[in-house]
Amino acid sequence: MALTVELVSPTERVWSGEAIFVSARTVEGDLGILVDHAPLFGVLADGEVSIQGIDGDTTVFNVSGGFLSVANNRVSILTETISK
Amino acid sequence: MGAQLRVYRRRMRSVKATKKITKAMELISASRIVKAKQRVSASTPYANELTRAVSAVASYSSTIHPLTTASENPIRAAILIISADRGMAGAYSNNVIKEGEQLAALLRERGLQTTSYLVGRKAVNYYRFRNRAVVGSWTGFSDNPTYENAKEVADAIIKAFIADAQTDVNGVDEIHIVFTEFKSMLTQNALAKRMLPLEVVETDAPIPSGLLPMYEFEPNSGVVLNALLPRYIEARVFNAMLQSAASEHAARRRAMKSATDNADDLIKSLTRLANAARQAEITQEISEIVGGADALASASAGSE
Repeated sequence: MALTVELVSPTERVWSGEAIFVSARTVEGDLGILVDHAPLFGVLADGEVSIQGIDGDTTVFNVSGGFLSVANNRVSILTETISK
Repeated sequence: MGAQLRVYRRRMRSVKATKKITKAMELISASRIVKAKQRVSASTPYANELTRAVSAVASYSSTIHPLTTASENPIRAAILIISADRGMAGAYSNNVIKEGEQLAALLRERGLQTTSYLVGRKAVNYYRFRNRAVVGSWTGFSDNPTYENAKEVADAIIKAFIADAQTDVNGVDEIHIVFTEFKSMLTQNALAKRMLPLEVVETDAPIPSGLLPMYEFEPNSGVVLNALLPRYIEARVFNAMLQSAASEHAARRRAMKSATDNADDLIKSLTRLANAARQAEITQEISEIVGGADALASASAGSE
């Protein structure tokens, strides 16, 4: 089982694919998501989002604010500005 | 060269020059539609995710938020009209403006005052010519809007919505958007939609069926909704702008294509007329020469 992750900005889909681990910083603190995480909706703070794909490679993005939603092993991260 | 012929040739030259311009504009628009369409589809995932999120939060939390609750006795409504900066696009801008007028009439029937927010020089000029009050207007990006442009517009209308309509003359209870929906290369429709208070259900993308998950909100549903709704409005405005931009290019391409076709027809008929004029001139010259020769011949015959 893996997480289906989508990282999208208003103008494009920045990253999408299968991952085993996602971490992000919400306004309340850092958050890690593994498979079978409970449904969650969080507001992101400025910071890093890192996604570890099923091939083991970790990609790190800098985001400024945004949202993170997790449900049924589907993670979507919405943010206005993303840089690698 | 006769006067008649010269006039025809001059008109042909001018029509040919016009045709070159319209042809170039047609080609430019054709290439830009493709890009505009790609931008619409590139913005779709974000809009869809946001719509999913808003539906989930709005339906699974009991939070009462000013952006989702309708005022009990609304007194004012804002209309955001998205038109073009430039003409040469047939009835594109006119259709949107007319749709806006209809919406305004409808709102007035309900006893609401209306305030206007305009995007695009065409709508701005239309309102200025009629001396109507405009609360906010933005120009210069109708054919290639960026997210920052959408944000600026959305910020202004959200601010007006949050302001109390009872006390503030620019405060509004409802926000409607009028834009041109890009259905296909051939079909674009001017469309009026209510943006606020939210009607979250309306979306083009099919939301996955089944129950929405019971979300845990971090930090809590109120904060999430506060942060989410302005982004949602921005995304809606951005999407409307992108669709309008694609429609504008499509409308311009169509208008320029028919202008080019008309120029072709005109050139063809002018060529025929010029040929006839030239032939008439030649015939006249021949008959003059023959007549002159005859006259000379009969004159010299008489003197002998």
